[in-house]
Amino acid sequence: MPATVDTATPATVRVRFFARYAELVGRSEAAVSLPLPATVGDVVRRVREDFPGARALPERPLAAVNLKQAKLEARVQDGDEVALLPPIAGG
Amino acid sequence: MSYLTRSPISVDVLLAEVSSSACGGTCLFLGTVRNGPHEQGVTAIEYSAYEEMVEAEFGRLLTDARGRWPEARIAVRHRVGTIPVGQASIAIVAAAPHRAQAFEACRYVIEGVKQRIPVWKKELRVDGSEVWVDPSGRPTPHPAHG
Repeated sequence: MPATVDTATPATVRVRFFARYAELVGRSEAAVSLPLPATVGDVVRRVREDFPGARALPERPLAAVNLKQAKLEARVQDGDEVALLPPIAGG
Repeated sequence: MSYLTRSPISVDVLLAEVSSSACGGTCLFLGTVRNGPHEQGVTAIEYSAYEEMVEAEFGRLLTDARGRWPEARIAVRHRVGTIPVGQASIAIVAAAPHRAQAFEACRYVIEGVKQRIPVWKKELRVDGSEVWVDPSGRPTPHPAHG
C-alpha cells in the first residue's frame, strides 16, 4: 500500500522564545522544519535537540500556536507560529 | 486600540472609556511594582510580553467577561518596559449598573490576566542583579549584568 500524501510531508514552523526562554536559547525565534504529521510536542523536542541552550527548557513547556494556548498534543501545520511560553507572570 | 502601553497608564483615560450614565458602580484595580519585605531591594521591574498574543488574548478575555456580565463596561491596559517601584503595571476598570457586577468583572479580569496573558517580569535590584519572577513568587536567580 503506498504511503499517503500526508506522511512525511515537510513543514516549517516559526518558533518564538520569550523572556527567560529566549535568554536560555540565545535567540528570540527560529525556523524549524519537521515532517508532518507533527505536534507541538514534536516541535519542542526538535528545538531541544537542535539548539544547545534549549536543553535547559522544560520538556513540557506552556505553548501557544498562532497566538492561542495549545496542548503539546495539538497538531501543527506548515507556516504555524509556535511560541514557547515561560510561566506567565503578568499583572 | 492596544491593550499594551509603554507609557505610564492614565487611569482617567480608562475611566472615560467605561463611563456611562447607565452604570452606578465603577471598580478600579491597579497592580503596582512592589518592593516589600519579601522583595530584595527591587528598584524596578522590566516587563516583557508576547505582544501579538497579549492583544489577542485580552480580546478573548474581555469577550468572556462581557459574556458573564453583559451590562458591564470594561477597559484594561498593561504596561511593558521598565517600570519603577510604585508605578502601575496594569489597570483594570469595570463599570456596571450595580457594584457587585463591577467588583466581580474586575476580579475576573485580573485573575484571567494571571492565568492567560503572556507577560513576564524581571526584577531589577539595587545590587545590580536581575531576577526573573516565577508565578509562585519565588524568583529564578539570574546572573547580574556587568
